[in-house]
Amino acid sequence: MSSPMRLAVGGFAIVAFLLVPILNLMMPPGHPLHLSAFWVTLAGKIMCYAIVALALDLVWGYAGILSLGHGLFFALGGYGMGMYLMRQIGREGQYQSELPDFMVFLDWKELPWQWWGSEHFLWALLLIVLVPGILAFVFGYFAFRSRVKGVYFSIITQALTFAAMLLFFRNATGFGGNNGFTDFKRILGFSVTAPETRMALFAITAFFLLSTFLFSRWLVSSKFGRVLAAIRDAEPRAMFCGYNTVHYKVAIFTLSAVLCGIAGALYVPQVGIINPSEMSPANSIEIAIWVAVGGRGTLAGAILGAGLVNGAKSFFTVAFPEYWLFALGAIFIAVTLFLPRGVLGVLQRR
Amino acid sequence: MKIATLPEIKAVHGTVLYLDGISVSFDGFKALNNLSLAIDAGELRCVIGPNGAGKTTMMDVITGKTRPDEGRAVFGQSADLTRLSEAEIAHQGIGRKFQKPTIFERLSAFENLELAMKADKRVRAALFARLNSEDNDKIAATLTVVGLQESADREAGLLSHGQKQWLEIGMLLVQEPQLLLLDEPVAGMSDQETERTAELFLSLAGTHSLVVVEHDMAFIESIARKVTVLHEGSVLAEGPMEKVKNDPRVIEVYLGR
Repeated sequence: MSSPMRLAVGGFAIVAFLLVPILNLMMPPGHPLHLSAFWVTLAGKIMCYAIVALALDLVWGYAGILSLGHGLFFALGGYGMGMYLMRQIGREGQYQSELPDFMVFLDWKELPWQWWGSEHFLWALLLIVLVPGILAFVFGYFAFRSRVKGVYFSIITQALTFAAMLLFFRNATGFGGNNGFTDFKRILGFSVTAPETRMALFAITAFFLLSTFLFSRWLVSSKFGRVLAAIRDAEPRAMFCGYNTVHYKVAIFTLSAVLCGIAGALYVPQVGIINPSEMSPANSIEIAIWVAVGGRGTLAGAILGAGLVNGAKSFFTVAFPEYWLFALGAIFIAVTLFLPRGVLGVLQRR
Repeated sequence: MKIATLPEIKAVHGTVLYLDGISVSFDGFKALNNLSLAIDAGELRCVIGPNGAGKTTMMDVITGKTRPDEGRAVFGQSADLTRLSEAEIAHQGIGRKFQKPTIFERLSAFENLELAMKADKRVRAALFARLNSEDNDKIAATLTVVGLQESADREAGLLSHGQKQWLEIGMLLVQEPQLLLLDEPVAGMSDQETERTAELFLSLAGTHSLVVVEHDMAFIESIARKVTVLHEGSVLAEGPMEKVKNDPRVIEVYLGR
């Protein structure tokens, strides 16, 4: 590891695992150094986005596959966790029923089959990994085997997430329709709004972000990573070198989807809501913008881009809410025209 | 079906590649028309022909990129190339150089050769693959053969056109194929580079079989032993360069009526 990288990783660990917990939990509210729950949650949320950006950078920046449906995998992970959180509410919901509120409202008498096992945390973890993973594996296998690539692949992934959104909007699908899941009370028995729980979720997210980053770095510096770059640069040559490129593409696409699922699962308890709008095509395009802004094919750029764009978004949506999408469009155009290698590319040139 | 009526093909001893009655058409255009061709082990065969004669399509069929409508392509003892994928054909021992140099632009010359080198190319093996000193020596030796020892760590996209051609040839060599298909290998090379390439091919012949498609007639004459002339998707003439050059049909095709 290069020394600036060591410094960045070490600095991140100190801030996330030491500084933030101290400033948030030890400093009394009102103290000038107190870090409020708002900031902790915002940072946690952006770190989830950074994991998604890393996941997209692996497939787009390294293997040259632009997926515009990664929001779907993120949302599926979120729904996996959301189901468990809904069951944790128990009888404390509005209708004081064992069933989640929306089911009582719909006059359902029992849990539909999709909810089997949802009271178990381990089952939720399994769903979080397996549902995005299996979907990406099956979808990727058929798409890559049929040699769907480039913009066609991007369009199909947009259609996939859009179709899923419409499916999840339906009440009959069994996931709360357009309202999705909210009003969570507990996770593993701990109150989701307690400062200690929030801090624990923050720290776990920081840990996952760091692990994902280090794992991705290892992956792209392995021969596997070089084969991905080879597929990006000249897929026919990679095939004639004897690589079954379909296997490589399916592998990285599936891994990427699983990482998104984990990010989504960490996101939901911190933000407190999951609904089908997470699957909207625009959300997935935004992920690609984070990566492009930071600089694709660099990993660190993906994290940087997710931070910068979402930081700007938090500012804009408070200061000038109606102009955010214009600002996002302008950022994207400016980066495409002037910073083809992203913000990180500019920093590295110095 | 034509295939069924054929006698069981066991490649004749000494024949490494046997194309038998291959036809390919694209939207009604017959790119290959009942093409038959046999390449002997250790042979250096030049394939020439005017544009659209089917030279590149022939290579596409051999490497599994294009499936023929009819005919068989047999490699080695019994491998039916028309049923294998590109990657499987590569593992059978066929290496291909494209018309336009096709290398991994963002990787170094060394890494290009590392990826091309004969090895277990499955995903799991690639995750934990490490180069041993033997591999390093082999890559270094190949870099020397293709004159890129000074540029080992250079990004391949930054190499000159001729160097890219050589890098691609080097990638074929480390793959240790039995049969090398070379589509216009000296396009864009200087005279000196072309000369060195001719020497390289001549040194490879004997231990490898080579099929060279080229427009540069001076280059062909410098390496040719046996030449096949393609025209409108089938073989027009075949034989030693001198004989082919003076064949009236070949002259007509090349010079027009």
